Amino acid sequence: MIFEDEPVPGYPLPILPGHTSPGRFERVLRAGTFAVTSELAPPDSADPEDVYRRARIFDGHVDAINATDGSGANCHMSSLAVCALLTRLGYAPVMQISCRDKNRIAIQGDILGGAAMGVCNLLCLTGDGVQAGDHPQALPVFDLDSLSLLETARTLRDEHRFLSGRRITCAPRVLLGAAENPFAKPCEWRAQRLAKKVAAGAQFIQTQFCYDVPLLRAFMRQVEELGLLDKVFILVGVGPLRSVKAAEWIRTHVPGVHIPDAIIKRLAGASDGALEGRKLCIDLIQEIRTVKGVHGVHVMAYRQEETVAEIIERSGVLGGRVPWYPGRDPQASTNRMAS
Amino acid sequence: MHALRQWSVRHARGLNAFYRSFEAALVALHPLWKRLGYQRLERPVAAVERSVKGLLFDCRMCGQCILSSTGMSCPMNCPKNLRNGPCGGVRADGHCEVRPEMKCVWTEAVAGSARIPGGMEALRQVQVALDRRLQGRSSWLRVVRERVGEN
Repeated sequence: MIFEDEPVPGYPLPILPGHTSPGRFERVLRAGTFAVTSELAPPDSADPEDVYRRARIFDGHVDAINATDGSGANCHMSSLAVCALLTRLGYAPVMQISCRDKNRIAIQGDILGGAAMGVCNLLCLTGDGVQAGDHPQALPVFDLDSLSLLETARTLRDEHRFLSGRRITCAPRVLLGAAENPFAKPCEWRAQRLAKKVAAGAQFIQTQFCYDVPLLRAFMRQVEELGLLDKVFILVGVGPLRSVKAAEWIRTHVPGVHIPDAIIKRLAGASDGALEGRKLCIDLIQEIRTVKGVHGVHVMAYRQEETVAEIIERSGVLGGRVPWYPGRDPQASTNRMAS
Repeated sequence: MHALRQWSVRHARGLNAFYRSFEAALVALHPLWKRLGYQRLERPVAAVERSVKGLLFDCRMCGQCILSSTGMSCPMNCPKNLRNGPCGGVRADGHCEVRPEMKCVWTEAVAGSARIPGGMEALRQVQVALDRRLQGRSSWLRVVRERVGEN
């Protein structure tokens, strides 16, 4: 998809009627296109090139790149900084904000700062507990939760004021997202929780890893019954499993990731576990695509990001479409720079 | 105490009904509280509230009690202080991600809410961010003053 008003990288797109952000990601979603996002693991480094290298491997395959915010409660470069670097080149980052490390004063400042740097998409998360990461001694903040964070971001954007009531002269124009895990207990209440997130301002959702499509279908049916299908864009989380051992480890050690026995069996039966893991991921993407109400996939391939392009390519979900990347339209950039 | 807390969730319906009449009585006695002075009552009432609710719910005295909207399962016992529903890390056995030995307060809250008339409706309300200044203060007195329109 090529927008004729594609700006010089780093410049915002014009905001279309009915849109809340000047972002490319919102345009792709609202155009009804099947969207693809992925996740960049922020480096343990102060070198911007480490960020660009990690972004470049997704070029031409993803519509937006999530910058994680201390995921798994491990310390890395901040999501705000990663996003600021990415927007310099015109990438469309999704800035993840976790409630674990910052109170409402810091978070609101980051939202304004991110938007000023060209961030158009926020993902409002509660965050993992500190016990999960490399600094279990740290103070868990959790001043807000994901819902009150969504409400906070919406207040900044729509009411042009801080939670304190103080006015903001230029509101952040952002698309608001949240996470959901249709596969965790209490399953029967997960769609209700999604409804709460939509009520609090969520416009798009990225889910936890899906390895159980029947459970996803049941969840999406409930979402439909709640009348939410036309109120929120749902991107389902997927990812390649490296081996049967990795799958076993994830399902016993990573809370919230549900891997059914059939998946374990399929991986165990394969001679090349990693290859089978990628095939499985492609099969899942193709099956998930047929589920009513799903608007895209969010491919999370921690420490195997180089497999993402191939997985997306072979799944065929882009249908020949080439998502924007720096240098995709050399002619358009030159023209606009000249004008 | 974990066992007593679970008992409270199992008896969410009765406890909620009791609280409704208790609250009505407190509101009716507003003239008396006013005469005694809310300021002066704050410490002794908070102390009573702390011991009663501490025993029944492991109350953390956030000062903005929403037990009636959470099936009598106190959300401040969630290690992430979540007041709007469970996080994505709830274990397959319904236990907490951070403290695996504890049942998730939100799986409890959903069960408890199902026992309270209108409980599921209350569970769907979006709870705004906590006012941390109210930590340690009496929720009962605050509710009475809100009900009578004095604050």
